[in-house]
Amino acid sequence: MKYIDEFRDGERARGLARALQAEARPDRQYRLMEFCGGHTHAVFRYGIPDLLPDNIELIHGPGCPVCVLPIGRLDMAIRLVCDHPEVILASYGDMLRVPGSKRRTLLQARADGADVRMVYSVSDALALARANPQRQVVFFGIGFETTTPPTALGILEAQRSGLDNFSVFCNHVLTPAAMKAILNVPPGAQPGETLEVDGFIGPSHVSVIIGSDAYSFCAGQYHKPVVIAGFEPLDVLQSILMLVRQLNEGRADIENQYTRAVTPTGNRKAQAAVAEVFTLRPSFEWRGLGAIPESALGISDAYKAYDAEQRFDMVYTAAAGTKGCECPAVLRGAKKPTDCKLFATTCTPESPLGSCMVSDEGACAAYFTYGRFRQDAEQRKAEQRAQHKAARA
Amino acid sequence: MCLAIPVRITELLDDNRALASAGGIVREIDTALVDDLQVGDYVILHVGYALSKLNEAEAEKTLEAMAAIGATSEAMEVSHEIH
Amino acid sequence: MNFQAGRRQARKLDLKNGRVELTHGAGGRAMADLIDLMFRRAFDNPLLNQGNDQAAFEVEAGRMVMSTDSFVISPLFFPGGNIGSLAVHGTVNDLAMAGAQPLYLSTGFILEEGLPLAQLAEIVDAMAAAARQAGVLIVTGDTKVVERGKGDGVFINTAGVGRVPAGVTISGDRARPGHKILVSGTIGDHGVAIMSLRKGLQFDTALQSDCASLNDLVARMVERAGGAIAVLRDPTRGGLAATLNEIADQSGTGIRLNEQSLPIRPEVRGACELLGLDPLNVANEGKLIAIVEAQHADALLDTMRQHANGRDAAIVGEVIDDPMHLVRMVTSIGGERVIDWLHGEQLPRIC
Repeated sequence: MKYIDEFRDGERARGLARALQAEARPDRQYRLMEFCGGHTHAVFRYGIPDLLPDNIELIHGPGCPVCVLPIGRLDMAIRLVCDHPEVILASYGDMLRVPGSKRRTLLQARADGADVRMVYSVSDALALARANPQRQVVFFGIGFETTTPPTALGILEAQRSGLDNFSVFCNHVLTPAAMKAILNVPPGAQPGETLEVDGFIGPSHVSVIIGSDAYSFCAGQYHKPVVIAGFEPLDVLQSILMLVRQLNEGRADIENQYTRAVTPTGNRKAQAAVAEVFTLRPSFEWRGLGAIPESALGISDAYKAYDAEQRFDMVYTAAAGTKGCECPAVLRGAKKPTDCKLFATTCTPESPLGSCMVSDEGACAAYFTYGRFRQDAEQRKAEQRAQHKAARA
Repeated sequence: MCLAIPVRITELLDDNRALASAGGIVREIDTALVDDLQVGDYVILHVGYALSKLNEAEAEKTLEAMAAIGATSEAMEVSHEIH
Repeated sequence: MNFQAGRRQARKLDLKNGRVELTHGAGGRAMADLIDLMFRRAFDNPLLNQGNDQAAFEVEAGRMVMSTDSFVISPLFFPGGNIGSLAVHGTVNDLAMAGAQPLYLSTGFILEEGLPLAQLAEIVDAMAAAARQAGVLIVTGDTKVVERGKGDGVFINTAGVGRVPAGVTISGDRARPGHKILVSGTIGDHGVAIMSLRKGLQFDTALQSDCASLNDLVARMVERAGGAIAVLRDPTRGGLAATLNEIADQSGTGIRLNEQSLPIRPEVRGACELLGLDPLNVANEGKLIAIVEAQHADALLDTMRQHANGRDAAIVGEVIDDPMHLVRMVTSIGGERVIDWLHGEQLPRIC
């Protein structure tokens, strides 16, 4: 497939790996955070750590909207669809298996009779609303800036066509705010919770929307280099090389590796649609990062009619995660999945206890699925065999 | 960030809709966020929406840069071996 | 009352507008009509026509194999086949994976009240055609009807018996380090063809299910490499990933695959890219994995490629020593990752 295969080419990969081996100075560590969950997935799916010298460490960031959604917000969606039989909750596939309070998921709610439907796109949710005029379709909107413009267009379309039985439960969040929160964690704050990040591998498609200029605060305010990386493994490798070079030269610039899709100012049309429909929430809670000011979007007054939280009087109650679940620390990059006692023992993709294990881009799921750990493999396999036999019986 | 892939526009339906192909799988997509599209253009597709046009010239430049890095590092390795 | 009812004057079935009714399972005249005009008409063979509750046949000396499978696929009809053809090919293949020549099939139908007879006829005709193609006879069967809402149109069970030629011992626990792993063709075709019909994942594609009987291909392979073939298995639900993990466990070995060698159609790659799925986890219904002693791999590949069901066959990896029984893959960029079992139901993701 054009513009995909070329960026997975083994020959070029070997060349980039050689350059990294040659240019990474042996006398220092390079701690690079890949902010975006999609990059975490790519890193493990292609085995990128195998090509890196030992002193380049990749730290996994919170750029997975499924992972950072607080349990209390998921509980609201589950309560909504269970308490309101007229509601059809239309959700992206990722959210259906995330455990909320009491480990209840939307899939379980569906098994119990709630009308939860998986959709690929907000336009599928609009189609559901048109096809079911006597029902209320609520679209579970999640995602960073990549996914927000489609939701905005969905609301604009609903208004344009007078689709009264459609509304959005909005949980869209913002990348720069999260990056600031990561950078604001003071080193040495709590034992085991310190974080040192030398530079960021910046998100591919968030940047398509917001533009590379949106990250200038990282260089200006925090003196950390950012390289915006494309989605394919060669993009990630080249971006790591660009970061290594910046750090070697003592620079802290915003560089764009993904020039085939990202521009300095981003997609103006998309930004305009978002500005029209959404407004900044004063504060929003993030799993792992706590409450961050101006980090999430709500629906603006002009479009309040399409706000599910208003229409259904939805109320947020903060909820705690499973005892022992280290998702918060993993999402901050402070701990690795293998540092969590539940990892691969009681918390597995089949029975996830936290969001990091559910979403394929969660670090725990990536570690587990692509096997970047080896310690508990035997036990895991034995458990899996038992589960698999039970499932097939 | 989120899962998005380059697809090729095969047909323009109206101002906001087009058909796009990913390896032969053709899907109707929303193009409201991207202007001036033509058949044959590549766009980045995310949850059914085109987010931007793919700049093919830049793509080629990136690939060439990667190949050049490879050539340089190979030459460096060879020269290290000689010494 | 069984299928092979005694000869009698059967009334007509309204194939155009009729539907399955509860009386069709009640053991009376309606049921006898259904059996005669629907099933016996299509499957017509001397054993079936004897009209007993069982079929009796001679067996040659040697090892027999037996297998069964039930089919609950939804939708019932898909590009490249339907639940009926799938039911025949599925069990034929299970027998063939032992290196056996499939001989006879039984089939049990659980019909939902309200299923259009025209659909049932299409399904049954497809079964008959599949059986003819595979060279097997459907010699006995059963029919039940359940109330509307208690079944998905139709569920089908098939069971089969076959005969393994002498000198052939093929089993999932016989893979050994050094063996080569072959697949008979492109992976993921069936799963993607099915997904193209499910609501919410609509796309136009010329891609058909690869649903096919592989017993003839296996016969050619056994002829060529007989005792050197250690394992044969068809990667159905869970795809290549699940099947290779099963074999690694059974044999107590590891497996190393080469991503670049995997044969995958562009449409399957496109669909998987769009939906964030891995072709290794997607079901196949007309493909097999063969694990063979290394020195016979090239010859076997050659034989497979000359067969209609093996044109895109490829050597995709090898069996290795590994106390952890992991299936690993060398990725296109030269890194390595582990290929795990499928986790739950595959849901397309956005992010």
